[in-house]
Amino acid sequence: MTDEKTVHTDDAPPTTWKIGDALAESGIPDEKGGSIVARAVTINRPVGEVFAYFRDFANLPTFMENVERIDILSDTRSHWVVKAPAGKTVEWDAVVTEETQDSVIAWTSKPGADVANSGRVEFRDAGARGTVVTATIAYDPPGGAIGKLIAKMFQREPAIQARRDLRRFKQLMETGEIATAAMNRKQREEEMA
Amino acid sequence: MRALAWHGKHDVRVDTVDDPEIVNQRDCIIKVTATAICGSDLHLYDGYIPTMQAGDILGHEFMGEVVEVGAKSTLKKGQKVVVPFTIACGSCYHCGKHQYSACDNGLPADNQDIAQELYGQPMAGLFGYSHMTGGYAGGQAEYVRVPFSDVGPIVIPDGVDDEKVLFLSDILPTGWMAAENAQIEPGDTVAVWGCGPVGLFAVQSAFLMGAERVIAIDHFPHRLELAKKFGAETINYEESAVYEALMVMTGGIGPDAVIDSVGLEAHGFFVDNVLDQIKASTFLGTDRAHSIRQAIIACRKGGRVSMPAVYGGFIDKFPLGALMEKGLTLKTGQTHVQHYMPALLNAIMEGKIDTTFLISHRMDLEDAPKGYDMFKNNQNEVTKVVLKPGFN
Repeated sequence: MTDEKTVHTDDAPPTTWKIGDALAESGIPDEKGGSIVARAVTINRPVGEVFAYFRDFANLPTFMENVERIDILSDTRSHWVVKAPAGKTVEWDAVVTEETQDSVIAWTSKPGADVANSGRVEFRDAGARGTVVTATIAYDPPGGAIGKLIAKMFQREPAIQARRDLRRFKQLMETGEIATAAMNRKQREEEMA
Repeated sequence: MRALAWHGKHDVRVDTVDDPEIVNQRDCIIKVTATAICGSDLHLYDGYIPTMQAGDILGHEFMGEVVEVGAKSTLKKGQKVVVPFTIACGSCYHCGKHQYSACDNGLPADNQDIAQELYGQPMAGLFGYSHMTGGYAGGQAEYVRVPFSDVGPIVIPDGVDDEKVLFLSDILPTGWMAAENAQIEPGDTVAVWGCGPVGLFAVQSAFLMGAERVIAIDHFPHRLELAKKFGAETINYEESAVYEALMVMTGGIGPDAVIDSVGLEAHGFFVDNVLDQIKASTFLGTDRAHSIRQAIIACRKGGRVSMPAVYGGFIDKFPLGALMEKGLTLKTGQTHVQHYMPALLNAIMEGKIDTTFLISHRMDLEDAPKGYDMFKNNQNEVTKVVLKPGFN
């Protein structure tokens, strides 16, 4: 990393840069902390369908494993309750900062969030291959003892969690269900707990 | 129910475990009527495959009767089905191209991490074959939960003997795809390393695709005899030098296409193989790969290399120079079983392909541990063990 403004000669997405200020160039609202992650997935369904399912935030817990629930407060405001280590939860209010039908949704957490975060999800029509969904998330791991625990989860986890959540989103949109090796319903419930 | 569970290297047991249930809407439950031990099950038995857990139920070659269906299954109770070993969704881009073993959605999302790191992208799920391939309970059991049952299982007409169609689940399509990947042209000479079930089906398939000569290579006399029955010429590598024999038998040209159906547990005391074995046992490398090296060296210039054999990790001393300088084409992959099943079922029904010749032993599921031991230790006579719940 370098402090100087680095001019990139390539076309690689900012979130994959080894040098330069990826956060500033990522296009996500309201820089939160120093950690940023981006994942892309191609979903073999029309962009309108994929966008509509995602835009109804009440749907998100069906494939976002760590999200316990999302309360819809208004068309742009929502309250998130997310599982944290040791049976705890973290909460925040989020507000939609940008929305273009079938193209982009961006959000940021309101002041007072347990984990300040912001992000941007882009939807692009990929023709016969369906829809490319790219999620970019920035987050600010909190301090303190519990914070450390949460940070441990969030410094490592968002990269893994975002990837897994997108895979589940893809599975749900393409196959109507989420793949599991559970042999019975009890095992499945334990997986999701 | 009773099921064959892995407990460690050379330790498999028939345990009593919970019955499976419908979990997702596209699932079905089948009552297993016949299931086989596969050569690749021996990789698990020998401890070559990572991410196994004690209690994992093995088996990926199985068939049975549908006893329960989810709301979105297209099957009906009472139907007899053969189940592909690859778990594929039928809805993703790859399934749309009939690349079923590359299905995006067959693996649970969390299990995709390992393959993504190791291979770059996750693959389809597999029954009974470690957690890297999904951790799905396998078919060496009384009952199995079959996901995506509207896509995978093929319905077998009434009155057809299980033993005739059981191998549609894996080894017959695998042998067929091996020959297809060899891109055989009329008049070709094809060399096949390994006369296990896949190799023997590859021999039959190669002739059906127009090969003039097939040369089969192994060290078990009985297996070479079976290859001979289908019209192959044979080389026993314990009795003859393989490369030299192939060069003389092909007039100095080399085989037009070569098929490696041996894979990561190649036997034999070749220098590179012994080195591989030392490395495998010291975790420096996982795959022992003499057969693929020999196949590439023997193949004629501009020829084709087909590799149905299972490799999981890394090998060194891979003859990359020979592959490049000779301009060879290499085709490989886990089998796209769902793609091949319908045509191969027809070929069996029309008597074009013989499958039952392979079965050397039939046992009760309860005797499965004995079956593994026999298959492992007497590969000359034990060509295929079929397990049937309630056989005794």
